[in-house]
Amino acid sequence: MNAPNASGWKPELGPSGTASPVTSSGDRGLQLEEPLIFELGTGANFGVDLDAPEAAPLASLGRFLRKDKAALPGLTEPEAVRHYTRLSRQNYAIDLGPFPLGSCTMKHNPRLNEKMARLPGFADVHPLQPVQSVQGALGVINQLAFWLIELTGMHGVAMTPKAGAHGELCGLLCIKAAILAKGEDRPVILVPESAHGTNPATAAFAGFRVENIPATPAGRVDLAALKARLGPDVAGVMITNPNTCGLFEPEMKDISDAVHAAGGYVYCDGANFNAIVGKVRPGDLGVDAMHINLHKTFSTPHGGGGPGSGPVVLSEALSPFGPLPFTARQADGTIRLIEEEDAPVEHPQGFGRMTAFHGQMGMFTRALTYILSHGADGLRQVAEDAVLNANYVLRSLEDVLDAPFAASGPCMHEALFSDDNLPDGFSTLDVAKGLIDEGFHPMTVYFPLVVHGAMLVEPTETESKQGLDRLIGSLRAVAERALAGDESLKSAPHYAPRRRLDETQAARKPVLTWQGHVQQPAPPIPSEIGGS
Amino acid sequence: MSRYFSKDHEWIDVDGDTGTVGITDYAQGQLGDITFVELPAVGQAVKKGESVSVVDSVKAASDVYTPVSGEVTDANPALADAPELVNADAETGGWLFRIKLADAGELGDLMDEAAYKDYVDGL
Repeated sequence: MNAPNASGWKPELGPSGTASPVTSSGDRGLQLEEPLIFELGTGANFGVDLDAPEAAPLASLGRFLRKDKAALPGLTEPEAVRHYTRLSRQNYAIDLGPFPLGSCTMKHNPRLNEKMARLPGFADVHPLQPVQSVQGALGVINQLAFWLIELTGMHGVAMTPKAGAHGELCGLLCIKAAILAKGEDRPVILVPESAHGTNPATAAFAGFRVENIPATPAGRVDLAALKARLGPDVAGVMITNPNTCGLFEPEMKDISDAVHAAGGYVYCDGANFNAIVGKVRPGDLGVDAMHINLHKTFSTPHGGGGPGSGPVVLSEALSPFGPLPFTARQADGTIRLIEEEDAPVEHPQGFGRMTAFHGQMGMFTRALTYILSHGADGLRQVAEDAVLNANYVLRSLEDVLDAPFAASGPCMHEALFSDDNLPDGFSTLDVAKGLIDEGFHPMTVYFPLVVHGAMLVEPTETESKQGLDRLIGSLRAVAERALAGDESLKSAPHYAPRRRLDETQAARKPVLTWQGHVQQPAPPIPSEIGGS
Repeated sequence: MSRYFSKDHEWIDVDGDTGTVGITDYAQGQLGDITFVELPAVGQAVKKGESVSVVDSVKAASDVYTPVSGEVTDANPALADAPELVNADAETGGWLFRIKLADAGELGDLMDEAAYKDYVDGL
């Protein structure tokens, strides 16, 4: 591991040896304490100077005219800009360091994507413009659709869903429409124990009943148990492959064949597609529907920087039931948008519409930029590097953290650890909080549920070996502190803007609104900013 | 009155044809601080092994499966305001619901306290 100040050209960071003084502002150097905007604004300042409203339009509002002054904070423009910039400095982002959240695929958002998405021809179009005036934008949707179909070996794609779970719903509504079209009644969706939490939620929302399929000790779907449950009441299965234990489901084709033989459909959660893009085509594994998180595999912003985008690729069996609208390239090279007026002739079995317009245009532009700048060979290398990085993490830490499936061979895109080997009194939460002190965003914790105290690390292909070594070095140091019984780890983080928060009270008695008009004592802050 | 345990970490106290169901102390320890308990509706008919209640903790939302079939006759009103009762007193005051047993024979599939203790020690 590289020491942060290896060549010694900077003065040492950290305490000088004397006790830290208390500041009058509450700030500590550049570590800033920031009030709510409502606490900042006195009401005396304004960012704009508006004329007093004329009486006539006000009168026409009648009883809808406000009687009380809106309780808006009054700030000057620089005060407002500083407030949000100061807040942003308390945040952690992929532009600041690794974001090893397992199952989230927090990868770098290439700047080329942003440059393309900001071209006025893409950025300034409106969804209600005549189609002949937005042929370029429609061409981006159509070309991205082609790539997604090609990369997955599927028949069609619904581009409109706006996130992973929205895509899941789209896929299940296709399955539902296909079953209805056959005049069948199949109320049950089977979901493995290790599924993403959204899978059973989506199935229930789509009107299905959810039943669990157990996992084998090797962390895979129990094929025998699945086969035993299949029958005329089963609409299909929802399987994540690679699964949330970071493992490939080697029996996927057998699973699909068994489900199809029983008259059901296979939904694959494509959240972990990054591990196999360019290597495995889900269509070859018998998948009928799979959403693709453009904000994961295809590098569009993710996690607050969104929005998400979740196109769903569909098999030949399900394509006739996909939602409107979609693009179609004509013989003369122009692109049409198939909407409701064309549907009776051109798409009579579609289940309807999920979105007002064509989908997340800005994300389509970014994703296509990513695909074209990598090419087919580059995308294959994305998967290879992501898997290599995850295995490097797994093998570098399996001597200090319990790795429940390490013996079953290489992992895919994420390394899974448990807290089974930590001494009594130390848990996954302590490791995660310790990692904050080390300057990293923690990994996913307590998921998947099938592993005790799970820690799920997904480095993605973004990290170089040097970057991985720094992350591994910190995780190792924190794990070793736990193994040595270092009590100070139980109160980590010590150096974050806030110390360990009371998550239980936050869930039991959440304070969701700021009620400035109510005179009440401020809720106790668990500990002083950065103080110890 | 006798107490039985399920492999899914529910306990049931049976008194005549009425059972009182909760989750075990082991289960609450695994879940961590419980923040919300979703209880079954009184009058709901349930089948053995069916998910009838959900316990949310800071770590996870977990299904509670009824160890026997029957009709729900009562749900613990104290848990709405004080879900932490399940942490503090899982096997008495933190009970979840009462059920009128449809088939007392189903109790034969459950474990007694000693068998459950062995089962948990093996986990």
